[in-house]
Amino acid sequence: MTVIQNKPDNPIAHLSAEDIETIGRELDAIRERVVASRGERDAAYIRRVISTQRKLEIGSRVVLLFSLFPPAWIVGTAGLTVAKILENMEVGHNVLHGQWDWMRDPKIHSTTWEWDHVSPAEQWKHSHNELHHTYTNVLGKDNDLGYGIMRVDEDQRWHPFHLGQPLWNFINACFFEYGIAAYDLELGRNLRKGRHKKPEFRARARAVGRKIRRQVLKDYIVHPLLSGPSFLHTLAATFTANLLRNLWSHSVIMCGHFPEGVETFSRRSIEGETRGEWYLRQMLGSANISGSRLMHIMTGNLSFQIEHHLFPDLPSNRYQEIAPEVRALFDRYGLKYTTGSLPRQVFSAWKKVVRLSLPNRKAPRRVDDRPAPALAASGV
Amino acid sequence: MTTTVPNPSGKAALRGRILRLAASVTTPLLPDDYLDMVAPLRSGADLRGRILAVRPETADAATLVIRPGRDWRGHTPGQYVRLGVDVDGVRQWRAYSVTSAPARRGAPISVTVKAIPDGVVSNHLVRRTRPGTLVQLDQAQGDFVLPGRPPARVLFVTAGSGVTPVMGMLRAGAPGDADVVVVHSAPTPADVIFGAELRDLAARGAIRLVERHTDTDGLLTVADLDRLVPDHLDRETWACGPLGLLDALEAHWTAAGHGDRLHTERFRPTVISPGEGGTVTFARSGVTVDADGATPLLDAGENAGVLMPSGCRMGICFGCVLPLRQGAVRDLRNGELTTAVPGDGVRIQTCVSAAAGPCDIDH
Ligand code: FES
Repeated sequence: MTVIQNKPDNPIAHLSAEDIETIGRELDAIRERVVASRGERDAAYIRRVISTQRKLEIGSRVVLLFSLFPPAWIVGTAGLTVAKILENMEVGHNVLHGQWDWMRDPKIHSTTWEWDHVSPAEQWKHSHNELHHTYTNVLGKDNDLGYGIMRVDEDQRWHPFHLGQPLWNFINACFFEYGIAAYDLELGRNLRKGRHKKPEFRARARAVGRKIRRQVLKDYIVHPLLSGPSFLHTLAATFTANLLRNLWSHSVIMCGHFPEGVETFSRRSIEGETRGEWYLRQMLGSANISGSRLMHIMTGNLSFQIEHHLFPDLPSNRYQEIAPEVRALFDRYGLKYTTGSLPRQVFSAWKKVVRLSLPNRKAPRRVDDRPAPALAASGV
Repeated sequence: MTTTVPNPSGKAALRGRILRLAASVTTPLLPDDYLDMVAPLRSGADLRGRILAVRPETADAATLVIRPGRDWRGHTPGQYVRLGVDVDGVRQWRAYSVTSAPARRGAPISVTVKAIPDGVVSNHLVRRTRPGTLVQLDQAQGDFVLPGRPPARVLFVTAGSGVTPVMGMLRAGAPGDADVVVVHSAPTPADVIFGAELRDLAARGAIRLVERHTDTDGLLTVADLDRLVPDHLDRETWACGPLGLLDALEAHWTAAGHGDRLHTERFRPTVISPGEGGTVTFARSGVTVDADGATPLLDAGENAGVLMPSGCRMGICFGCVLPLRQGAVRDLRNGELTTAVPGDGVRIQTCVSAAAGPCDIDH
C-alpha cells in the first residue's frame, strides 16, 4: 500500500510536531544559503545550456536538410532529439518554474518564455507549477497522479477502464506532449461536464490549437519542405525526434512520483498544513534517479525530484550540490529517501501501473475516511 | 494585395515573407534569438553595446569605450545613456553621461564611471569589467544640453563625477567661442576626473578653470561662488554634482530671481529609502492603497478590489509575478530588499513581497 495512513508502519509516526517544524527550518536554511549564493556562475551555466541547445538544434536541422543520406539522417535525428530533450527539460521546465527570474534578464524569464511543446507555457505553468507543486501527491487534487487516466494508488477506486492502463500509459508516453496539453486543458473533465462551450475554456483550447499548428508546421511541413528531395526523410526524422523526446520525458517524469516507496496523501491531510508539513509531504511524495552528470542534465535535473519539489524555484544546477545535505536530513530523521537507477525506477513505476490496472486484492477504504497522517502525527 | 509599386515596398514584402518563413522554422523562438548569438549588435536587434576598452581615469574612475549597436541614434553632448549590466548574474540598469563627442554613425561612444562606496554597478564597471563584454543600452536621453545657439557667457559648476556630462559638451567644442568658466570640485588634484584635459583646455584659453580641492579648501559653497566667479548669476549655468550642492545652487539662483538660468542634472531622481510598508499604486487598475510591511502585495491588491493574478500564494508557482515599476519591496521569506527605478523592469512575486516604501506596480 502506498498511502501512508494505511500502512501498519506509518513512516512519520516517530516524528513529533516539533520535529516536523525543525525539518522545515533546516530546509529553509538550505534554501536561504543557495539563494544568497546565486550569481555569475549560475547565470553563465544557464546561458551556456541555452546556447548549446540552440546550436545543436540549428546544426541538426541543417544536417537533416540532407537526410536522404543515411548518416545525415542518423546524426541529425540524434542531434535533434537531444536538442529537444534539453529544450524541454533543463531549459523550458526550469525557466518556467521561475528558477532564473532572479537574473532579471527578460529573455530568460518565466513570464516571457515559450517552449518547444504543444502546451502553451501559460497553461502549463498553471497546471504544473500551481496545481501539481502545491498539491503534490494529494489524491483528488494533484492530477499528475495518473494524469487522470490511470490508477496509480491502491486508494484510487478501480474501474474496468483501468484494465487498459498499461496501454494508455504507453500511448501517453509516445504522444506525451499532447497528453500534457490535454491534461493542462483538463480536457476529459471539461468535455464530460459540458464545459467545452464556456468562453474561457474555448479561449484556452484555441491557444493550444494555435500552438499545435505552429509546432506541426515547423516540424512536419516547413522543415521537410526546405529539405527538398529529403522531404520524407526529414519528416520521419522530426517525428522520431519528437517520439524519443516524449518517451524520455515521460519516463523521467514517471520516476518522479510513481515508483514504489513514494507516498500519497488524502485531501484532508493537508487542511491547515504547516510549512514543515508541506515540506514533509514533498519529501515523501517524490523520488530521485541516480546517475551521471550528463544524465542529470538530460533529465533537467529532475533526477533530483526530491530537491526540486522542496525548492522548485532554485536554479536546477544547484540541486546536485544540496542533495547530500538533503539526504543527510532524511537519514537523521529516519525518513526514506527514495532513489534508484533510471532502469530500476522506470521498471518500478511501470510495475505499479500494471499492478493497479487490476482491482486491489482487498477492498480499498474510501479516500476521505482515513485519518489525516501529518496532522495525526503532529498531534493536532 | 493589388499594389504595383515595386520598390521599396516590394523589397519590404519579400523581407517580411522571408522573416515569416524563418519564424515558422524557429518557433517558439524568433529568428532574432538565433541571430543574437552571432550578431548581437546588428540593426533590428535589441540595443546593445560591446565594451572595447576600459581606461582608468583616476584611482576610482574609469572610462568605458563602447561600440553601440547599429540602431544607436547618437547623442547630444550632456545627455546620458542607460546601461544594463549583469553584475553577479543579475541585470542592473544605471544611467551614465556620455563623455565622448558626437561622432559618425557606428563610432564608439564612451562613458566615464566613478566607483562610489558600496556601489554595486559602479564598482563592477570600474574594477571588474573586461573588454569584450556585452552590455544592454537605451537610446541617449536627457535635456541637460546646451541650446542650439550657445549663450555668450557660460558657467559650469561640477563636483566629482558631475563633470562627466560637461566633459561631453566641452569635447564637442561647445559652446563655440563663448566665455566659459568651469568650477570643478574634487577631494584632491589627483581625484579630478579628466584633470589633465581640463587643465590643458584652460592653458589653451578655451575655458577658465577653477579647481577646488575639498580636502584642503573644504566643500564648495554658494558663498564661494561670489568670490570665485563674481558674475555667476549673469551666466547661463549648468550644474551637476551631489544633491546637496544642487539644492543649494537652486535656492541661490531662485532667490536671486534667475532660476531659469540654472540647469541641473540629478542622477538619482528618486531616492529610495526602504522602510516598512508604504503606499502601493496599481498603475493600470488606478488603485492606490496603504499597505503595511507584513501584508503581501497580492493581499493588499485583492483587499482593494484589484483582480490580481495568483496561484499557490506561497511563493512556488510564479503565477503572481508582476512588474515593479518603481519603489522598494521586501521578500517576506528572508527580508531581502528589491528596489526599482523606472526602466529597470524588475518583476516580483506579489504573494511573498510586501511594500518597503512607496511602490508602483504595473497592473
Ligand atoms: S502565487 Fe504562487 S508564487 Fe505567488
